[in-house]
Amino acid sequence: MADGEEPMAVDVGSTGDWDGRWSHVQKFLERSGPFTHPDFEASEETLQFLLDTCKILVIGAGGLGCELLKNLALSGFRHIHVVDMDTIDVSNLNRQFLFRSKDVGRPKADVAADFVNSRVPGCHVVPHFKKIQDFDESFYRQFHIIVCGLDSIIARRWMNGMLLSLLVYEDGVLDPSSIIPLIDGGTEGFKGNARVILPGMTACIDCTLELYPPQINFPMCTIASMPRLPEHCIEYVRILQWPKEKPFGDGVALDGDNPEHIQWVFQKSLERAAEFNITGVTYRLTQGVIKRIIPAVASTNAVIAAACATEVFKIATSAYIPLNNYLVFNDVDGLYTYTFEAERKDNCSACSQVPQKLQFPPSAKLQEVLEYLTENASLQMKSPAITATLEGKNKTLYLQTVASIEERTRPNLCKTLKELGLADGQELAVADVTTPQTVLFKLNFTS
Amino acid sequence: MCVQCLMLSLCVCVCVCVCVCVCVCVCCSFFLSCESIGKNRAQAATEFLQELNSDVSGNFVEESPDKLLDNDPEFFHRFSLVIGVQLPESTCQRLGAVLWSAGVPFLVCRTYGLVGYMRLVVKEHTVVESHPDNALEDLRLDQPFTELRNHISSYHLDSMDKKDHSHTPWIIVIAKYLEKWYNEHNCQLPKNYKEKEVFRQLIRDGIRKNENGAPEEEENFDEAIKNVNTALNPTKISSAVDDIFNCVQCENITSQTSAFWMMARGVRDFVQNEGNGSLPVRGTIPDMIADSDKFINLQNVYREKALQDAAVVSKHIQSHLQAVGKPSESISEQDIKLFCKSAAFLRVVRCRSLAEEYSTDTFQKDTITSCMDSPDSEMVLYLMLRSVDRFYQQHSRYPGVYNYQVEEDISKLKLCVNSLLQEHGLSVNVKDDYVHEFCRYGTAEPHTVASFLGGAAAQEAIKLITHQFVPFNNTFIYNAMSQTSATFQL
Repeated sequence: MADGEEPMAVDVGSTGDWDGRWSHVQKFLERSGPFTHPDFEASEETLQFLLDTCKILVIGAGGLGCELLKNLALSGFRHIHVVDMDTIDVSNLNRQFLFRSKDVGRPKADVAADFVNSRVPGCHVVPHFKKIQDFDESFYRQFHIIVCGLDSIIARRWMNGMLLSLLVYEDGVLDPSSIIPLIDGGTEGFKGNARVILPGMTACIDCTLELYPPQINFPMCTIASMPRLPEHCIEYVRILQWPKEKPFGDGVALDGDNPEHIQWVFQKSLERAAEFNITGVTYRLTQGVIKRIIPAVASTNAVIAAACATEVFKIATSAYIPLNNYLVFNDVDGLYTYTFEAERKDNCSACSQVPQKLQFPPSAKLQEVLEYLTENASLQMKSPAITATLEGKNKTLYLQTVASIEERTRPNLCKTLKELGLADGQELAVADVTTPQTVLFKLNFTS
Repeated sequence: MCVQCLMLSLCVCVCVCVCVCVCVCVCCSFFLSCESIGKNRAQAATEFLQELNSDVSGNFVEESPDKLLDNDPEFFHRFSLVIGVQLPESTCQRLGAVLWSAGVPFLVCRTYGLVGYMRLVVKEHTVVESHPDNALEDLRLDQPFTELRNHISSYHLDSMDKKDHSHTPWIIVIAKYLEKWYNEHNCQLPKNYKEKEVFRQLIRDGIRKNENGAPEEEENFDEAIKNVNTALNPTKISSAVDDIFNCVQCENITSQTSAFWMMARGVRDFVQNEGNGSLPVRGTIPDMIADSDKFINLQNVYREKALQDAAVVSKHIQSHLQAVGKPSESISEQDIKLFCKSAAFLRVVRCRSLAEEYSTDTFQKDTITSCMDSPDSEMVLYLMLRSVDRFYQQHSRYPGVYNYQVEEDISKLKLCVNSLLQEHGLSVNVKDDYVHEFCRYGTAEPHTVASFLGGAAAQEAIKLITHQFVPFNNTFIYNAMSQTSATFQL
């Protein structure tokens, strides 16, 4: 609408704020309106809060993260931290627009911060080239709002668990000042979703775990002896042939970013496919299977990150009632959105504070408990470590993630719960990568 | 407005703008910087956007769209797609008229406060590869073609050894049990839930048992049971495809007929003759538990039939090409094969012109009225956008831009709303809250709303250019307050 406005004098002061710079934002903060949040008060102070005080954490500096940083910076947020453990890959460049070819190999968080800081004067993005698990409560507690653009459900659940652990209850009543809102965005191809989570109040990530589709892993027997699809042939080479033939030396792992490695897998996959008269193995498919590539589209990321940033703005300023609480988007056929309120799960293992139960006969083997923890749709643990207090001492029953302990505790899997000395009503503590806090289960013996 | 998504994907892009970058532009655009202030906006934006993709050729014209329409409307004819962003209503209408007669698709985009709006204007947009999300398989179990029938009869489930029995594709399993069912049910497919349940039990009973009488683990039988519901759907042509066959473009083949309609006619001829009412066989089957040989052999039966059918379709197409004096190479075999494979999912999108939408004779009165039965429907946002345009026509400015204007503009805007409704004979209720809210917006363009719409628009543009996936028809409204959206055909 610049036609109706007069060009203004250019005087970029030291704060980087020239006249009218935030006029678009100001209209929503300094004018009252019929649809504003009940708590909203038109004031000039809210803009100052955004510019000077409000602290936002962006998790992920990839497809969603780049968009989020841009959106927040152009909405008036100036104190932004971004965490990402990855470095830039050439395949990122089609949508992660804060990066250029010259940046390949550098940490995403660093390059993203540099770009935004120089393009948007006054904005101060602080990068962290780290994993989210490298930080503890003291780090996360400093933020007003956390917004995620992650590519992993495990990471989301961990973040979810972290914010739940920050909640303070006084006499069973939740202290609202301990709540840090979590805005979560996710995309896959032409589909995406954005959700607002108020830990302790609204549905959390684990409440709706069953919404997430299971990841495709082909059964071993198909790969080993009965391939039908080109993907089966590629997985055969990756899982069985590579470790056996060690084509690039002992202990050299298959690197999806090494074209020589991919070429080797590609050739071997063609041979495998020829044996079974399977067509369709291509270099591109080989790369896609090895790197577990899920198609990513710039426009979906733009849409979802925009929706998320709008919610960050609403919550930070109380300008409008935030999304309650889940938005689904799909533009395969026209444009489709669906907005609904995801419900809290009464016995959610992450947020309900209801003690989790494990019901098994004493003759059940520990292996069965392990399978339950990983296969149950509401738990979906990845590699749970189970400990129990026995004879006054903390005993690790099974732990997978450290090789030496795994070997030592593996025999326990074949033992029955009775043989392991567990009693009815006993508490088992389970740790897993999906949560920063140990989950307590109560063991109930069935007859 | 966020056009970076487009730049990331297109090859040639031209920005037309007479505006000079002002402070306000710079704060909402990521592709302008402080140094841009004072420069022509199209030029500055083009320069920054070029960074995104060196393969994209970007150009700019330092001229207003209105001037171009006055002096050189044919300028717009050379484009595959024209996207109009934040255009005043009069410019939009003029440009719309030029592009409609030139047959150039036109995508109108605007944001106004927390509202996003897109309008697609294209006479006819054909899609072969629509890539539907939930496509049913084309298995022909209800009417197996000869080669499939022969292949099925080469299996003798009862005399197979354990390994073969449990590695027989579920398609064969269902086919075999269907034969049993036909014997007892007068060759009628299981029709309702009850019958399908009985059929599933029939298959379940067929699972081999071990020496103790307990059922063996036969995953292929489990798969068969799971797929009974969809596998027994009668092979049928959808109404969307039927409509395509009934179009006049499919009926009257001339030398001007496009490849799409030529191929549609070829498939229609096939359906009416060799296909016996069915489309050419698609030729793909889903992955399923089976040993490699059985699977590949079954897959090849479908594949070869598909090739055969495509060859027949091709002959029909050739005869039409010949009849209108066009060489047979005009349409490649590869294109014909793809068309046949996609035949069940063909789509044609036709959008009404802006003139039709705006004329008091042809506007969509019923659609607007019924949507407004819910007074908070996104339709009210459409009516408000039309009203602020009316305000602009009358007052040469938009409402509420400056703080002191907000209060007094509310009643002025309300008059515009009322005159709009009256002129169109619309007796709907536009709540005062929306009139107030739109004055409050004062043409603000918050970045996140622009970014949402930019992303959505970019993808629609890509759909139009690639003819893959299906564009919306024809008005899309996004409400960032409620995070809801709606599509209307206006």
